[in-house]
Order: sequence, then C-alpha cells, then structure tokens
Amino acid sequence: MDLAANTTIAGKQDTGASVHVRRVVSYVVLILISFLCLFWFYVLFINATRSNSELSLGFTPVPSTHFVENWTNLKNGTLPIFNGLLNSLIIAILTAGLATYFSAMTAYAIHAYDFKLKKLMFTFILAIMMIPTQVTVLGFLQLIGKMGLDNNAAALIVPAIASPAVFFYMKQYMDSTLPLSLVEAARIDGSGEFRTFNQIVVPLMKPAIAVQAIFSFVNSWNNYFTPALVLHDDTKKTLPILIAQLRSADWLKFDMGQVYMMIAFSIFPVIVVYLILSKHIVGGVTLGGVKG
Amino acid sequence: MNKKSKVVSYNKWGYIFLIPFTVIFLIFQLVPLATTIYNSFFENYRSGLTQIGPNFVGLQNYGTIIANGDLPTYFINTMIMWLMGFIPQILLSLLLGAWFTDPSLRLKCQTFFKTVIYLPNLIMASAFAMLFFTLFSDSGPINSMLMQIGVFKEAYQFMSHVWTVRTLVATMNCLMWFGNTTILLMAGMLGIDPSLFEAAQVDGATSTQIFYKITLPLLKPILIFVMITSLIGGLQMFDVPQILTNGTGDPMRSSMTLIMYLNKHLFSKNYGLAGALSVFLFIITGILSLIVFKFTNSEKVK
Repeated sequence: MDLAANTTIAGKQDTGASVHVRRVVSYVVLILISFLCLFWFYVLFINATRSNSELSLGFTPVPSTHFVENWTNLKNGTLPIFNGLLNSLIIAILTAGLATYFSAMTAYAIHAYDFKLKKLMFTFILAIMMIPTQVTVLGFLQLIGKMGLDNNAAALIVPAIASPAVFFYMKQYMDSTLPLSLVEAARIDGSGEFRTFNQIVVPLMKPAIAVQAIFSFVNSWNNYFTPALVLHDDTKKTLPILIAQLRSADWLKFDMGQVYMMIAFSIFPVIVVYLILSKHIVGGVTLGGVKG
Repeated sequence: MNKKSKVVSYNKWGYIFLIPFTVIFLIFQLVPLATTIYNSFFENYRSGLTQIGPNFVGLQNYGTIIANGDLPTYFINTMIMWLMGFIPQILLSLLLGAWFTDPSLRLKCQTFFKTVIYLPNLIMASAFAMLFFTLFSDSGPINSMLMQIGVFKEAYQFMSHVWTVRTLVATMNCLMWFGNTTILLMAGMLGIDPSLFEAAQVDGATSTQIFYKITLPLLKPILIFVMITSLIGGLQMFDVPQILTNGTGDPMRSSMTLIMYLNKHLFSKNYGLAGALSVFLFIITGILSLIVFKFTNSEKVK
C-alpha cells in the first residue's frame, strides 16, 4: 500500500501511461505463456475424442464424438491399464504415507531432543539430500535381488522411509511452528514420548504433511526410472512403464485414438487433482525451498 | 538432580526416533553406494550366453568409457540439452517473477497464471514425452497444422533431425520447470527489504534500473541455488529423451543422456561399466551437492 502511494508521488518518470503500457505487455506475454502451457493438453483432449480415421485426416480444433468409444477400446485392449493404475496408486499412496510419517519422526528427533550426534546427523542428512538415486541404483538392484525383493513393489515403497528432502521440509516447518512447550505440557500430563509424537506432533504437522504427501505422491506416480528396472511382470507394472511400452510397440499400427486416450488417462487425473489442491501445492513450493 | 536425570532419559528418544531413517538409509542407500563403487573395479558382463567375470580389473572400466568416447559424448549431449532448456527457463522465470512481485503493475489473476505455469511440473514426464512424440510425429497434428497454414509443403520429420529432437527435449524440460523456478525466485524477490525499492524510487530510478541494480544482485544467492539444483536435475535427465526416442537417443545418439546410457548398461547387465558411470555421476553430483549444502547451511545460520 505504502509502496504504491510512493510510486505515484515520487516516480515522476514512471508516469501512469508507461505503467499502463508495461501492464498490457505483461498481460499479453502471460496469456501467451499460459497458452503455451495448456495448448498440448488441449490438443490431447481433442484427439482423445476422435477416431483413428478422423485423426489421419489432420487436426481440427473441435472435439469429436468418439471419446467413449476410444475409452472402451482402450479398456478392452492389450494394455493392462487398470492393473497399472492400481499399482501406481498403491505404490504412490504408501510411498507418500511412509515418507511423510517417518520424515516427521526424524525431524522431530532432531528438533525436540538434545543428544550427542544430533548436529552430525542433521549435517549429514543435509549433505546427502541432493545425491540422486540413480547413482546408487546398480547396487540397489543387486541388493534387492539378494533380498528376494526383485519384481516386488515393496522395493520401491520401503526406501521412502529415508527421504532427506521431505525431512528437511518437516524440520523447517517445525522450527517455525512447533513450540516445545506443548511437548513439555504433554510430558507433565504423563504422555509417553511415542504417544506425544503421534497424538500431538503429527496433528500439528498436518499442513506440512499434506503438502509433502502431495509432492511425494506425484513424484512416485510419475517415477519411471527405478520402477522400470525393478518391476518385470505385466501385472505389476505402473503407468509410466505402460506408456514406455506403448512407445516401443509398433505404434503406427495402433489405433491412434487409443494412444491419445492412454496418454490422457495418465495425465488428466493428476490435472484434476492439481486443480482442486493447487492452492496448497503452489504455496508449498516456496515453503519447501529445496526440491529435486 | 532428579530432574536432570529425567531430561537425559528423554533425550535417548532422539536416538530411538532416528532408528527408522538410519536403518533404511544404511540398507537402501549406503550399502548400494558401496557396492556400486565396488562393482566399478570389476569386469562383469554377458557376452552372448557366457558370463564374463566378475574379474578385478582396477580402473580399466573408467578408461573404457572415457577412451571410447561414450562418456564425453553423452555428457556433452546432456549439458547441451540442459542449457537449451535452462537459459530460456531462467530468463522467463526472472521476467515473470519481476512482474508478479512488481507493486506498481498490480497484475490481476495472479493465482490463475501461477496455477497454469506450475501445472506442467506435475505431469508425468514419460506421458508428456509420449504426447510430444505423437504430436510431432510425421502424421501428427503439429505437422498437419503447419501444412494447413502453409509453413511446410510436406510433413517435417521432427524425429530425424538432431536439433529438432534436442529442441523438443529442451522445450519440454523448460515447460516443466519454469513455473517451479518462477515461484522460487518470487519468494526471493518478496524477501528483499521493500525500503530499498522505496529509496530507489525516491531517487528517481526506473523499474528497469531497479531490476538490474537492486533485485538482480540481491537475488544472486537464490539464482546460484536454482542453477545448481537445476544442473543436478539436468544430469539426471532421463524420462523425456528416453520415451521421446524410445531409448535410442537417435538421431545418431545425439540425444542420448548419461542416465539413458546407464540405463542401457543396467538392462544388459554390464555391471562394470554401469558402476564406473555411476561413480562418475556420483562425483559430479557430489561436488554440486556440496555447493548447495553450503548454501542451505549458511541460510540456516542466518
């Protein structure tokens, strides 16, 4: 408010007209950029409603009537999409649950207690936060092979317990919002440490847990590299692997309406969920500070 | 006395709560890291039906991937595609961030625009790449649109030209990440003391001058942070080029990235070369991580 008032008084060169021009320019650019972001999904939607023969005639900007037909064809086709959807959902939900709960626990350990290795642990977790999983995947594959977890979704879920980036977010959130006096009060009331964590700390951390659960879910949902190396059976594969299969199949012989429908099937649910939760997601990015 | 011993007994819970993280980290990250490094010193692959090795060969695997040109080529490919995406991404983010945070502009519908520009970040990269592949295929809608407008007489083969494939990869990466970068930079811009802007305005500085002389220098730490995290992400580039080119990195392996190459060796079970490549990636990302770590740590101290 203050700043705006100052602008009009002091900014004599910054006259109303020039601000007006700049505003128009920025709106035009923003609209262009938004168009560039949405255009692909618009084409995807249009093409998912058109039949193979219509698609071969070239592009039209108007949707056609074959949406349901493409969907039934895809559903009854060779790609196990419902299996894929279910596998993706199970893995993503469990990953999000484990990553947030245990990261909150790890962050609480460092936030609420004083012990010798505290500083060292914190520094260590921060230092390894940015190391990508790809560089250890060779050893990881050999290890799960020995453990009998090859071709098993558990190999993708359990490691989420150690998620340094989620931990970092939780720790920052605790630093700013979790007063230790509450923990003390619980102790005086005779609550055990584990119970305090579950019944007082976790509910207080709900906003942070929600934001990180969304991000962990999306990361796991979209993950292609590791699942493609771990899961081999058709019935265990996740959606990104099925997309890759579609790509490596002789796709020209495919019914293109089905191909577009398959892509739409993996993209649109996320868009819908995003539009519902966008406020939390966009706000959560800034709070996180660090995201891979 | 009694109270003190109580405090100590509480603090052992710090260790207890750290157990899950530590155990899982040791098993699934530290042990694999050690065995990955160990593997890099052995010759271990399949030639037809016969298994060669594992035999200890010292640093020979490292020599192989450097001498046969694979590592340098794929490293350069990765860096070219990263830069082609990152430069427009950071410029766009700076521009949008400056506009969104400029109080004299008072842009409306900010929430709408932010929601739209962040959207591509959440899209499954492999599905997005598949979408681009179908859209830009010879008989795809982009070609048909371009022919309708009259830009091309016949379909342009986007997938058979080095620079169009690289541009497509870079475009997708830029689209997927500029929203995220914009939001991070905006947070940085909003964190700058407003009295600095006021003082500049009182002195008669234009908004361009304010941007170059105040915003940009004060934003430097965040810009460095964004650049290095993006570089670490760029080195991991995989999904988009893998799906777009069906894992071949065609034309002529010009869009093959380091992780695609690693993926290839993992699938063919050539663990020696895959190990050497992993160690190489570990060292680069380790150095870059240290820089980020310094940054986050100094932020903490502040």
